[in-house]
Amino acid sequence: MGFMTPPPVRRLPLSGGPEPAVVNGNGNGAASSFTSSPRRAARPSALALERMRVEDLSIAYGPKLAVDSVSLPIRQGEVLALIGPSGCGKTTLLRSLNRLTELTKGTSMKGRITLDDEDIGTLEPTGLRRRVTMVFQQPNPFPMSVFDNIAFVLREQASRRPKRAALKDGVHDALVRAGLYDEVAADLSHPALRLSGGQQQRLCIARALAADPEVLLLDEPCSALDPQSTQVIEDLITQLREELAVVIVTHNLQQAHRIADHVAFMYLGELVEYGSADQVFHEPREQRTKEYLSGAFG
Amino acid sequence: MGVLFLVVTAGIVLYMMVQGLRYIRPELFVTSPSAGFTESQTGGFLDPLMGTIIVALMAMAIALPIGIGVAVWLSEYARPFALARLVESAVEMLAGSPSIVFALFGVLIFQSPAMGFFSRTTGDGVVYGRSFFAAAAMLSLVAFPLIVANVREGLQAIPGHVREAAYSVGKTKIATTRRVLLPAARPSVVTGAMLGVGRVIGDTAIIVLLLGATLRFNAPGDIPVLDTLRGTGSTLTSFVYQNAPTGEANQPTKAYAAGFVLLTMVLILNALVDIAVRRGRRLSWGS
Repeated sequence: MGFMTPPPVRRLPLSGGPEPAVVNGNGNGAASSFTSSPRRAARPSALALERMRVEDLSIAYGPKLAVDSVSLPIRQGEVLALIGPSGCGKTTLLRSLNRLTELTKGTSMKGRITLDDEDIGTLEPTGLRRRVTMVFQQPNPFPMSVFDNIAFVLREQASRRPKRAALKDGVHDALVRAGLYDEVAADLSHPALRLSGGQQQRLCIARALAADPEVLLLDEPCSALDPQSTQVIEDLITQLREELAVVIVTHNLQQAHRIADHVAFMYLGELVEYGSADQVFHEPREQRTKEYLSGAFG
Repeated sequence: MGVLFLVVTAGIVLYMMVQGLRYIRPELFVTSPSAGFTESQTGGFLDPLMGTIIVALMAMAIALPIGIGVAVWLSEYARPFALARLVESAVEMLAGSPSIVFALFGVLIFQSPAMGFFSRTTGDGVVYGRSFFAAAAMLSLVAFPLIVANVREGLQAIPGHVREAAYSVGKTKIATTRRVLLPAARPSVVTGAMLGVGRVIGDTAIIVLLLGATLRFNAPGDIPVLDTLRGTGSTLTSFVYQNAPTGEANQPTKAYAAGFVLLTMVLILNALVDIAVRRGRRLSWGS
């Protein structure tokens, strides 16, 4: 990917772990409780490159509308955080980006999603899902060795070829990109399900990266992890945004504040507010955003 | 009530163990049964033991792939819905049917001229209809529901996000099933197979009706393995049946010895199931 050299990311050490996700409302507009948590520099969006575009997207499960005419851009070089209360449609929106929603029975979709100006509905789902990969809430490595988890992605469908030796470099690269290599290098034949939760989740990220995607979707990737693993993964995400577009769904406003460049606040299927993280967190335009950020609901 | 049950079970197992150990001799395993007037002349149970192993292998060779296939279809595809429900109840019906019914049906099928290949035919064209093929085919029906139920349960215990994770790196449903789901369900596959084998080696009705329950393998023929399988034989169950004090041969010592071997085999299978289940529980995902 010919993305120009990114400016150095200023990393601030996080003291301890993230604070509890509950934001105490103080009743005066935007919450200030998490603005005190350290935040790495927001990136100049001039460098960001639009990869995906959601246009007037509506998704319904049967009669129930989950996403209501949402439009937003997804850019490489920045992290987009989807925030909002449970059931607001943010996960559905995320899953529609690699067409996982259509696997659920009774789903109907209106509108358009493009990837590099191509309608993703016209792409082969398997090909699309290699360009737009996803990491889930629960760490879910496949029931095989660390090496095979990555090798499975590098190989064609269920094939056993190419042989292990030929895939060594690819597996190595993916594990290095996910910052897991040093921890597992000693024994790549270790069963993946015996790793710690945080390591499993990074293996899942490595697996998602092994497909060499353009967009990485993360569905609350840290909600099942301890604070330390969370920090490691957040560091990783801020590194990854240089190479690909990252979309993260999170319940944790501190987390969104720490790592997002752009934030989309959704409520009851609607996109209430979309803007740079600074703007949404510090000068929210919409009353509902203010209330959510101050903990009035959610 | 529970204590009574325990006492009865322990009593049966212990009695069979003690009697079996009293009468079991190493030479019983290596000599074929033969006709004779005293128990020292009638040989051992080499042929029935081999018969048990052969029918178990053959029945599983049929039931395992089909059972896994049906379980995968029911768990992962199940379209159209009505057909899936129909298949489901058919499997349940098989599970509930007494094996003598399969045996009777097997006699009907394998005696038809079209199935002549699977058993021996007399000079005037009468198909005998009893052979390892016939017995194994019907015994596979006994094992089949256990395999389907266990594999299906194992597949359904895999959280949906694991499937989606495989789809999310561009894998097809087939590749996901082969490389992720079935390996993850392996403990259940082993459990189903072991329970199936247990039922197969314990079945008597099908052996008596469809294997002929002849003391020795009965296959004078030109092609070594094929003609044995087309011929008749017996298993440990039919051997016990015939040698029990109520049977024709009335050699209870040999019945006890063979019963002991059979019981040991089943107990070992149960232990293997336990190990498979425990191993499966150790490595899995949160839901």
